[in-house]
Amino acid sequence: MNNYFKVLRPGINSTFQDLGRFGLQHLGIVASGCMDQLTFCTSNKLVGNKISEGALEFAYQGPLIEHVGETVLVAISGKVNFNIIKKNDEIIKGKPNESFLISNGEKIDILSTINSVYGYFSIFGGFKIEEVKGSVSTLVKAKIGPNNGDKLKVGDKIFFNKSHQEDKTNKIQFDFDKDNIIRVMKGLQIHYFSKKSQEDFFSKEYKVTKLTDRMGMRLEGQKLENIVNKNIKSEGITKGSIQVPGDGQPIILLSDHPTIGGYPKIANVITADYDKLVQKIPGTTIKFKLVDLPVAEKAFQEYVRKF
Amino acid sequence: MLKKITNIGDCGITCDFGDEVNKSTNMEVIKLFNFIQNSVKTRKLKGILNYTPSYNKLIINFELGQIKSQEIIEFIKSSDYSKIKLTENKKIIEIPICYDEEFALDIKRLETKTKLNFKDIVLKHLETNFFVYMIGFVPGQPFLGDLNERLYHDRLDTPRVKINKGSVGIVEKFCTIYTFESPGGWNIIGRTPFELFNINKKNISILSPGDTVKFKSITKKEFGSFKNE
Repeated sequence: MNNYFKVLRPGINSTFQDLGRFGLQHLGIVASGCMDQLTFCTSNKLVGNKISEGALEFAYQGPLIEHVGETVLVAISGKVNFNIIKKNDEIIKGKPNESFLISNGEKIDILSTINSVYGYFSIFGGFKIEEVKGSVSTLVKAKIGPNNGDKLKVGDKIFFNKSHQEDKTNKIQFDFDKDNIIRVMKGLQIHYFSKKSQEDFFSKEYKVTKLTDRMGMRLEGQKLENIVNKNIKSEGITKGSIQVPGDGQPIILLSDHPTIGGYPKIANVITADYDKLVQKIPGTTIKFKLVDLPVAEKAFQEYVRKF
Repeated sequence: MLKKITNIGDCGITCDFGDEVNKSTNMEVIKLFNFIQNSVKTRKLKGILNYTPSYNKLIINFELGQIKSQEIIEFIKSSDYSKIKLTENKKIIEIPICYDEEFALDIKRLETKTKLNFKDIVLKHLETNFFVYMIGFVPGQPFLGDLNERLYHDRLDTPRVKINKGSVGIVEKFCTIYTFESPGGWNIIGRTPFELFNINKKNISILSPGDTVKFKSITKKEFGSFKNE
């Protein structure tokens, strides 16, 4: 039997993601993968999947989908406002971070993320989607990944692997880090910036602007003065690098970043604070705190304990 | 020569081969890249997620919790990768290019700037054996060098909003081929119908860093009837 969800409204940027596609950056293919790893893994845990199973990532407004076929266990993770619409059109307020059963003819309407950007939708047994070079992550700009490498569209059918009738739901206590301090390590070209600009960067507030997506987050704040050269010889880029182009306003490179780039980098976000960073909505002000490698490694150990 | 290794954030290192952008520096980068790639394939090195060679640097990303940067640094320092011969698995690839005026958007301006005529520009481009310095920015896009000095030219002052897939562009001593339709500031001298990148093929990228490219002139008619395998 065909079990699937019919997409009635796709949402703003709904894509399949997992933990990323690795080993191909030397050919220009960035790892991609879910933006917020902890929230992603939470949705899989809720339905009893392995934490790396592919899930549907949505940003701000998610999709409206209708279930067709056998009953199945699903979950939505993050801070998300959503409804379950019964067959008789009765609307029930959904509870994020808690798995629930969904049956033929019922709809899930993911209205919005609350004071955050990304949420995830997982299904027991996983989605029936094709791996591309070992991953189901989607890189829309290069059309790489399942669903022809594209975002969800109206009329798409999302097939899934298994049914699940057993009414045994699961709940995980969940909240985001509320503070706006992002810990960073020194970037390769930090000395390209004046002493004053280095001090500004680590002490002044920077605002997340609307020019933010899966590729990068543009910030606005005290202009950073480059005293060496506004360009460097193009070099490989790492997720979380903070580059500063000629206009002096920093850009944090996120999961779908270009693989090489020619702007100097002032700092790099530590792994433990990346999930917190990507959930900051435009208008939020963040502050950078300089740490060294041992601190970053210790922070990582604390971060993995949450999984 | 490998000059220094520096941490980039908590899950990356950069191996820096100095400030020169030339073939011999880049070959050192590619030797280390090949060595790391092989060490990952033969499981001598675990926890490596990506390795990205560029003109004068190799960046290695790893999985925090699987391996520490210090272990990778020691692995590199204790090995004798510089003895690797690059000639073994490196390919020479012929790429068809059509210099028809419909595709060669900037060739008139280049004629004025370089004081060479169209035929000479094409000839100088065709006679060069291009070295693949690196691949990236977007999937499959190669950065080739070195152009004949007479063709050196700056980037466009105002980048074009849209450059067609397959367009061949030059800037300074480099030549590139756009593998996706994208914005860009390179001087466009022709276009290839040859598909360099296809994620659905086993060999997703025709070119690898260290390969050699030779262009072959084709007519507009040949361009139109060209079939990718």
